[in-house]
Amino acid sequence: METDFTPITSLLGGALIGLSAIVLLAAHGRIAGISGILSRILPPHVDKAGLPQGIIFLVGLLLAAPLWTLATGATPTQVVSDNGPLLVIAGILVGFGSVLGNGCTSGHGVCGISRGSARSIAATMTFMATAFVTVFVLRHVVGG
Amino acid sequence: MRILSTLFAGLLFGVGLILSGMANPVKVQNFLDLFGTWDPSLAFVMGGAIIVTMPGFWLVQKRATPLFHDMFHLPTRTDFDARLLVGAATFGIGWGLGGFCPGPAVTSLPLAASGTLLFVPAMLVGMMIAKYTAKPAPRALGT
Repeated sequence: METDFTPITSLLGGALIGLSAIVLLAAHGRIAGISGILSRILPPHVDKAGLPQGIIFLVGLLLAAPLWTLATGATPTQVVSDNGPLLVIAGILVGFGSVLGNGCTSGHGVCGISRGSARSIAATMTFMATAFVTVFVLRHVVGG
Repeated sequence: MRILSTLFAGLLFGVGLILSGMANPVKVQNFLDLFGTWDPSLAFVMGGAIIVTMPGFWLVQKRATPLFHDMFHLPTRTDFDARLLVGAATFGIGWGLGGFCPGPAVTSLPLAASGTLLFVPAMLVGMMIAKYTAKPAPRALGT
């Protein structure tokens, strides 16, 4: 399914994500990495110090879609695959990989690159590469 | 203010994901589909985020401490290890398969698409498997 090219709203949305990362760092000294925030809540608990703020951040994240719907009168545009087994496998890989690699699109891709972290740049290039290959295989080899 | 600032940051992040198109898995997969229905929009998301974050982080770190906390929790590791690259590679495969990464998946929960309701619990299970099987990193990136 085709989607429209949206450079302006994508740039603005990206800027809001960046602003959020700045607020979190300025207020609490924390990196806005969603996989890190999520995984800290799950057992086994290693670092409890950031836990309450992490939960509050997630509440904010969960409020975004309902407030968006209230403000614009339309639910956010979204098409999610209904291939259940595929999404379960995808979820396990995303969860496992982001914890093993210490970050995801936000922690490595936005915050890490902005800090000039070589580890994050390497991680971002790696997950971009495997994601491109995965979609190629999924859509052009398997899906046809 | 402590709580409000964090709540605001979370809300801002979620609205940014929705506005940018990151919370739409088909759009994410189209960005990754160079040889098909390619939609380059998401390069602008990352560009927009980094243009804002880079100078912002630089300014913030000129302060000795954050506003409501006694220290900055920043990753300090600079070494490359297999875990980082294997983890990132695994993450990328999952991201490509589902079109979801952790932030957009959580943001999408209230929209209650059946795929999201399967993806998020599976992601949490994947995270716990990694936490229980791998030794904790000395200082985690992206935390």
